[in-house]
Amino acid sequence: MENLLAARAQMAMSLAFHIIFASIGIAMPLLMVIAEGLWLKTKDETYLTLAKRWSKGTAIMFAVGAVSGTVLSFELGLLWPTFMAYAGPIIGMPFSLEGLAFFIEAIFLGIYLYGWNRVPKTVHWFAGMMVLLGGMLSGIFVVTANAWMNTPTGFQIEAGKAINIDPVAAMLNPSSFSQALHMTIAAFLAVGFAVAGIHAYFLRRDPHNAFHRKAFAIALSVGGFFAILQPISGDISAKRLAKHQPVKLAAMEAQWETERGAPIRIGGIPDEDNEVTRYAIEIPKALSFLTHFDINAEIKGLKEFPPEDRPPVAIVHYAFQIMVGCGFVMIIAGIIGGWLTWRRKGLPINSWYLRFITFCTPLGFIAIEAGWTVTEVGRQPWVIYNIMRTADAVTPMPHLIVPFIGFTVLYIFLSIIVVILLRRQIFIYE
Amino acid sequence: MFNLEYWIAGVMLISLIVYMLTGGADFGGGIWDLFATGRRAKDQREIITHALAPIWEANHVWLIVIVVLLFVAFPVAFATIGTALHIPLTLMLFGIVLRGTAFVFRTYDDQSETTHLRWSRLFAIASIITPIMLGVTLGAVASGTIHANVETGIVETDFISSWFALFPFAIGVFTLTLCALLAAVYLTLETDNPELQEDFRLRALITAICVGIMAGVSFLLSAEGAPSIRKGLGNSIWSMPFHLLTGAVAIWAIWAIWKRHYPLARVLVPIQVTLIIFGWGFAQFPYIVTPNLTFSNTAVSNSVLRPVLIIVVIGAVIVVPAFWYLYAVFKGRDDRDSDTTG
Repeated sequence: MENLLAARAQMAMSLAFHIIFASIGIAMPLLMVIAEGLWLKTKDETYLTLAKRWSKGTAIMFAVGAVSGTVLSFELGLLWPTFMAYAGPIIGMPFSLEGLAFFIEAIFLGIYLYGWNRVPKTVHWFAGMMVLLGGMLSGIFVVTANAWMNTPTGFQIEAGKAINIDPVAAMLNPSSFSQALHMTIAAFLAVGFAVAGIHAYFLRRDPHNAFHRKAFAIALSVGGFFAILQPISGDISAKRLAKHQPVKLAAMEAQWETERGAPIRIGGIPDEDNEVTRYAIEIPKALSFLTHFDINAEIKGLKEFPPEDRPPVAIVHYAFQIMVGCGFVMIIAGIIGGWLTWRRKGLPINSWYLRFITFCTPLGFIAIEAGWTVTEVGRQPWVIYNIMRTADAVTPMPHLIVPFIGFTVLYIFLSIIVVILLRRQIFIYE
Repeated sequence: MFNLEYWIAGVMLISLIVYMLTGGADFGGGIWDLFATGRRAKDQREIITHALAPIWEANHVWLIVIVVLLFVAFPVAFATIGTALHIPLTLMLFGIVLRGTAFVFRTYDDQSETTHLRWSRLFAIASIITPIMLGVTLGAVASGTIHANVETGIVETDFISSWFALFPFAIGVFTLTLCALLAAVYLTLETDNPELQEDFRLRALITAICVGIMAGVSFLLSAEGAPSIRKGLGNSIWSMPFHLLTGAVAIWAIWAIWKRHYPLARVLVPIQVTLIIFGWGFAQFPYIVTPNLTFSNTAVSNSVLRPVLIIVVIGAVIVVPAFWYLYAVFKGRDDRDSDTTG
């Protein structure tokens, strides 16, 4: 394997692994503080049991997230020293703030997980809120740094060096808001549905179990609420892409020709050699309308860009289809859930609906992985869009295949253990 | 008024000290988990677990702070270290990942003796690899063998010889002994059982002597292994009084452990470690990576450093009281034996 490919594979694998645990670390505290808050309000002990049970599973995820995140912060320098020498100071602001947010998260997590009998109840709940806040801000700041790689701002280039750096302008680059919003909602959405799915599985066997009913209600409310919000943020992202990264948008939609009244393609097979997309179902003029509010707006096609500046079209297009597909199913699940709740004036525990929600368990995480693939692969061949190519950023260190295999084996091992331990946590009480 | 980059360097040094005093002791806990022996081996392990569980993740963040400040303020140095020391840093990362996960997995996996012991072993071995590799990295940075061009950022390296040498490994083992000493001393105060206190007292005494030996060995090896540091350690005006002070505190600490004045020892040993790190920091100053990279010639412009320092100040106002509170909750005198997991 060539060195650049090994470095990219290691980075991709490390991020794909970390993003799962990071998302859980962002969103589980919301479920826990809701449950604990309801306990404080209603004095119903079931809610307390719920918060404690959730916190045990979360403890495992947090630890894996913290250490895999540490790996990433080092890998920036181990794999991409040239990139970091250039970009480190420019994106230093969000990374510094991320360090601060991570600190808050880790400190209050210790109090939350181990302080049940040591601090007053309200302080404990407050600690949970701080974990939630720290986790959310951590995620937002890291995504902000990634957003800068898509739309680099806040500096000028002179003789190949970045000068006149304005860290605030770099942090508030055009992609920051849309990316951070989309990722944060995605985390709550994915975790909400995953947790709801697990409890739905048990409710099908025991529909009157108070514990699972309460858990299901909280998780599904969170998941459903954010599912319905997500298309709005997706729309903001699409408009931003059309303006700032047209080549990525073109790859997502497998749009080869520059076109007025461009369609949205569902499915389809992009043929990169012949520069066409076949067998797609097209919704006429929809892409132009969604990105510009004008059914005849011009959308730039891939042919507008030289081949060496285009991302791998098929991967980006398929990943985008997967993300949208998963999102769509969860939106429908959210809407049906709301409607059933209103109809039944109670928990939507119809057998078929519980089965549907169980089916949705992994969808949010599949969507996160796919969406992350869209944004990262869609930025290629650039590490800093239109400024530095990924190939120019890689370390001169030889034999990068070795650490790549090492970390892959390590992470596969950890994944297996986490699955086994979560199964234990979930089934041990049943 | 100092240049801004020196303030950042100061914050990094303080963060490294706090990381050693807190996170370093957590690694030390892993070491004593491995060397848990005798009738009370199980109790020793339990105390270590109990002591680490609520705080290790927060302690670990100090390392993140150092890394982030390094790449934000001194990006060329970060790139240089990441390139030339790729191998020890990767090994350190393996240690960090396995230490943290094995520790948590042990708590949540089935509690049979064999499973528990298997995770304990992994946790302990990772706790040993990590500080050694951290020390190796710092030793290599100090050794003067990493030649980087400040202008181009290009580093000439064979990726091995600058760290795979006697001096960096001496620093690695030195770091390990400091972690072990800190942990043993802290652990004497994590239990009321006099027998267990004696166990950790004995360990503290042995490691205190090992620390002394490794300090001497490192100093001797530095003549060849890190000449510019040796110059800083040996010839400056401040060096003699400083060494005497460090040595006096070390002896006082051993006396306190010997006399079972554990609360005093818990104050003195961290001071000793702090002095050692300060001594190294001042000896290496103004170099960030000897012999070519200094804090000044790798620092980015003030337009970047100023907001970072503002964040550091705001961060300190929030983090220091919160960190203090975490310790007050879990390391306060009277909740030693109460239930922690709920």
